[in-house]
Amino acid sequence: MVTFNILVAVALLYVAVLFGVAFYAERRAALGFGGWLHSPIVYTLSLSIYCTAWTFYGAVGYAARSGVEFVTIYLGPTLVMVGWWWVLRRLVRIGRSQRITSIADLISSRFGKSTSLGVIVTLLAVVATTPYIALQLQSVTLSFAVFSNAGGQAWGHEELNGAAIVVAIGLATFTVFFGTRNLDANERHHGIVMAIAVEAVVKLVALLAVGIFVVWGIAGGPAQMLQQIDASPISHWEQDGSRWIGLIFVSGAAFICLPRMFQVLVVENVDERHLNIAGWAFPTYLFLMSLFVVPIAVVGLNLMPAGANPDLFVLTIPLSQGRDGLAMVSFLGGFSSATSMVIVSTIALSTMVSNHIVLPVWLSAHKGQGAKVSGDVRSVILRSRRISIAAVLTLGYLYYRISGGGTALAAIGLVSFSGVVQIFPVLLGGIFWRGATRIGAAMGLLTGFAVWGWTLFLPSFGDGAIISHAAMQHGPFGIVWLRPDALFGIDGMDPLVHGIMWSMILNTLVFFIGSIFSFPTPLERLQGAQFVNVFDYSVGSARWRSSVAGAEDLLIMSQRILGGNEAQALFQREAKSQGKAGYLPDVTSDFIERLERELAGSVGAATAHAMIGQLTEGSSVSVEDLIAVADEAAQILEYSNRLEAKSAEQEQTARALRDANEKLTALSVQKDAFLSQISHELRTPMTSIRSFSEILRDGETTAAQQGHYAGIIHDETLRLTRLLDDLLDLSVLANGQVTLQDQNGNLRDLIDRAVDVAGGDGDGMRILRDRSGENFVLHTDLDRLGQVFINLITNARKYCDAKSPMLKIKVGLVAGQHVVDFIDNGTGIQVGNQQMIFEKFSRVADQSKAGGAGLGLAICREIMQRLGGQISYLPGQGGAAFRVVLPNNKPLSNQ
Amino acid sequence: MTGRNPQGVFLERRAYHKRRMRDLARAVPIIGAVLISIPLLWPQGDDGVTNSTAIVYVFGVWIVLIALAALISRVVQSDEPPAAPAEER
Amino acid sequence: MAKRVLLIEDEPNIIEAISFILSRDGWTVHTHEDGETAIAKVNAFPPDLIILDVMLSGRSGFDILRDLRAQDITATTPVMMLTARGQAKDRDLAKRLGANHFMTKPFSNAEVRDNVRALMEA
Repeated sequence: MVTFNILVAVALLYVAVLFGVAFYAERRAALGFGGWLHSPIVYTLSLSIYCTAWTFYGAVGYAARSGVEFVTIYLGPTLVMVGWWWVLRRLVRIGRSQRITSIADLISSRFGKSTSLGVIVTLLAVVATTPYIALQLQSVTLSFAVFSNAGGQAWGHEELNGAAIVVAIGLATFTVFFGTRNLDANERHHGIVMAIAVEAVVKLVALLAVGIFVVWGIAGGPAQMLQQIDASPISHWEQDGSRWIGLIFVSGAAFICLPRMFQVLVVENVDERHLNIAGWAFPTYLFLMSLFVVPIAVVGLNLMPAGANPDLFVLTIPLSQGRDGLAMVSFLGGFSSATSMVIVSTIALSTMVSNHIVLPVWLSAHKGQGAKVSGDVRSVILRSRRISIAAVLTLGYLYYRISGGGTALAAIGLVSFSGVVQIFPVLLGGIFWRGATRIGAAMGLLTGFAVWGWTLFLPSFGDGAIISHAAMQHGPFGIVWLRPDALFGIDGMDPLVHGIMWSMILNTLVFFIGSIFSFPTPLERLQGAQFVNVFDYSVGSARWRSSVAGAEDLLIMSQRILGGNEAQALFQREAKSQGKAGYLPDVTSDFIERLERELAGSVGAATAHAMIGQLTEGSSVSVEDLIAVADEAAQILEYSNRLEAKSAEQEQTARALRDANEKLTALSVQKDAFLSQISHELRTPMTSIRSFSEILRDGETTAAQQGHYAGIIHDETLRLTRLLDDLLDLSVLANGQVTLQDQNGNLRDLIDRAVDVAGGDGDGMRILRDRSGENFVLHTDLDRLGQVFINLITNARKYCDAKSPMLKIKVGLVAGQHVVDFIDNGTGIQVGNQQMIFEKFSRVADQSKAGGAGLGLAICREIMQRLGGQISYLPGQGGAAFRVVLPNNKPLSNQ
Repeated sequence: MTGRNPQGVFLERRAYHKRRMRDLARAVPIIGAVLISIPLLWPQGDDGVTNSTAIVYVFGVWIVLIALAALISRVVQSDEPPAAPAEER
Repeated sequence: MAKRVLLIEDEPNIIEAISFILSRDGWTVHTHEDGETAIAKVNAFPPDLIILDVMLSGRSGFDILRDLRAQDITATTPVMMLTARGQAKDRDLAKRLGANHFMTKPFSNAEVRDNVRALMEA
């Protein structure tokens, strides 16, 4: 006999294995060895989260009650999968080209990146999915109870509730851990996908094992099995035609619309070609999952005592035959079904809730607060996702408690399906019909939602629970034609089919009429064309007018969402592809569009659009832009790819030339300016020296005056010497005549020294450091590197114009190289000057008060080049910021 | 005898074949829907079709659909450009 | 009563030197460092002579000179310009804008004293 404790131990071990699998997959993916993660088999298996505990346990119970009807739940998805060429291919292509993060995002993005539609779909999904999650919790706790009862300990309510809580907390932990580790730009979760692929195998093997045992072990072979079926209570074909068609439709539509299915079908899809394999492989999976359902049901009905719960035959048959090992496998199958569904559902829902509800609210609350900390939006998103995951599971648990965990819950599966199916008309209309509008979609969704709520959802709580008994019988306020199970007086239909039919008809009708009589905004029309014609041209989207937003502002915003390093890498890449150095690419409309999509991958289309819209205020899409896009699309079709590539190349060359020319002109102007500057710098101290020496020579001064004047002369001589030193230093460095004296030293000591030399911490400027991050050894010319640090700290001291000046010295690792960032809290350096400040002889216009000759940064740059490192201006940090990339010299280990 | 470029003929035939396979890809779900609806025409109740027959039929249809989809997937690749607009409509 | 000189210059040591030279010669020397507020200072307390540096923070000496010449109160006040850049084009510009004299740093103390005397006698 399997004791209950062994069962718990096995379950925990299984969970540990899943953790391991997920962790390993994430590691492999992070290291770039994720090849096998991207196989069509893994994709197919991940789709199996369609088969939840409701289908694993419930299908047998369903068959025991209603015969063959249970297959409708599998036939609908089968038709959708074998017909992938029609809908799924389109959805996946749209999902990839528009960086869709969830079904709510798809609908919102299609209808002009509408926030309100995102909210509607999200709410609908939460309402429809919560009971389903409750159902999973119930099935897991019931399966625990079966073992405990078999062991002689009958479980009461208390134990069941306790188990449900433990399961819910465990699931929340797993999902938070692997579902929100980072904000992948494409919302893909390799670890979770791998874990659910493993679970898919476990549940299939479990059900097949029980099935084979039942057919060959108990019934004695397929022929005898078929005879048994015909002798059983479900011997004959007694199928209600409307349910047969209705359920196939609902399950097929729900297969696409369920948030968790959309997540694995579209969002987690890494390769469009996988559909091709999944198109037959997943129907095969479903086929195998349902093959033994009727045999198990029939054998269970024969074998088990009357009144035994047929929903648990999969567990109780092996137990009753003393096959404890088989029962254990079967338990793991059911456990897998439940957990994988809950994990993916909560991820999908939490993405929707955070992107479409939390983030818009947060953004409007923080509107116009300007530059914030890098990554602050990102941390808001991650936190809101974690909280949403916990909240969704809590809701599921509460629903389970309130509904009492009884049979009422079992019926909710199909009600839940028909709820999410309310998205279906808008989804199909959105991808096939350009005329569909936002207003029509919203009206259709709300209508469908309302009808579904009235005819299916609210009555599902039981007669008199929410809708009063009187209202059920005679309609609300006695309005007979509004009875929940007989709208418009059409009586006698199956309540489920009745609800599905009316909600679908009214939903579609209102959506259609609303679309026809409303006029779409330009952005809606643009997105509509993009979605419907996704295979004709996957380029061009809402055009942002260029040059309205500054590259630096965009960088600041991107850093808030993607985090510093990712955003900087993205901008650097973009600048490079434009043939420019540094972090700030030209703000072309192409670039903004790409950026918006990149951000949409993290925060959803509507939010990304709104955030970019804040920066490019007043530049929304106009009809002229639409025409421009249409023209462009035509051009793209006309010109060959080669021509296009060539013109891009030319443009890049032209841009590089233009840049070079501008730089040369500026340099020559600066060179003149420098000569007169040098003259000024030399003559000014000389004036004082000459004047005071004459005064001293004239001899009409007191002793005190003499001392004072001699002091001035001395100081001014030092100033002259310093200037000459700088000039000499620069010319030596520039001509490569310098010999470096490499030695080992600790970065922290080096920065300590530089801070001391440059005036120390406090004393007019606070210096913030990360001393533990600085603690490593480097091998380079430490004196020269120290000179650079001193220069940067001194500069910050001189130029930082904040009320309470502060300098942050940050050490980090970017692209495998150690960097030291010096970031102050002043107004920073204007974009136009950011490249120029490193040029020799350059001086930013209003620097005269500082008294330097504009050589410091030029010297720093020369030094860093000699050392094999780099120094650059880092835009978008809220103040002047310089990044020193340390030379990559390894410390000599034998020293 | 077949001209200097027999490959041309062969390729064209292949391309033609691929297009017809795409037609088949579009038709499979429709074929499936029709076949699956047929049981609605069966007589109901104790004198009607037995459930063992029903099961054999449903699972048979299922296997046919899977086989057709598998056949198509060998020929059609989804990453190919879609058929020419004229074909598409 | 001693004649008043206003020295507009932003190098503290040079201010000290010129103040010493001219006070010794019997002038009352007022000083001002900032270019932007120089005109206001002049108008608040019109001097007999102005010594004006070209490179000032806030505003260039040339701009200040142009404004001084444009307003009645200082249209004829003698102005001596100082520069450390020493380029011919600066000298031409100063003359064109109406400077009475132009001096390149470094200068001898006698040069300053004599030029100031000459300007006041003219």
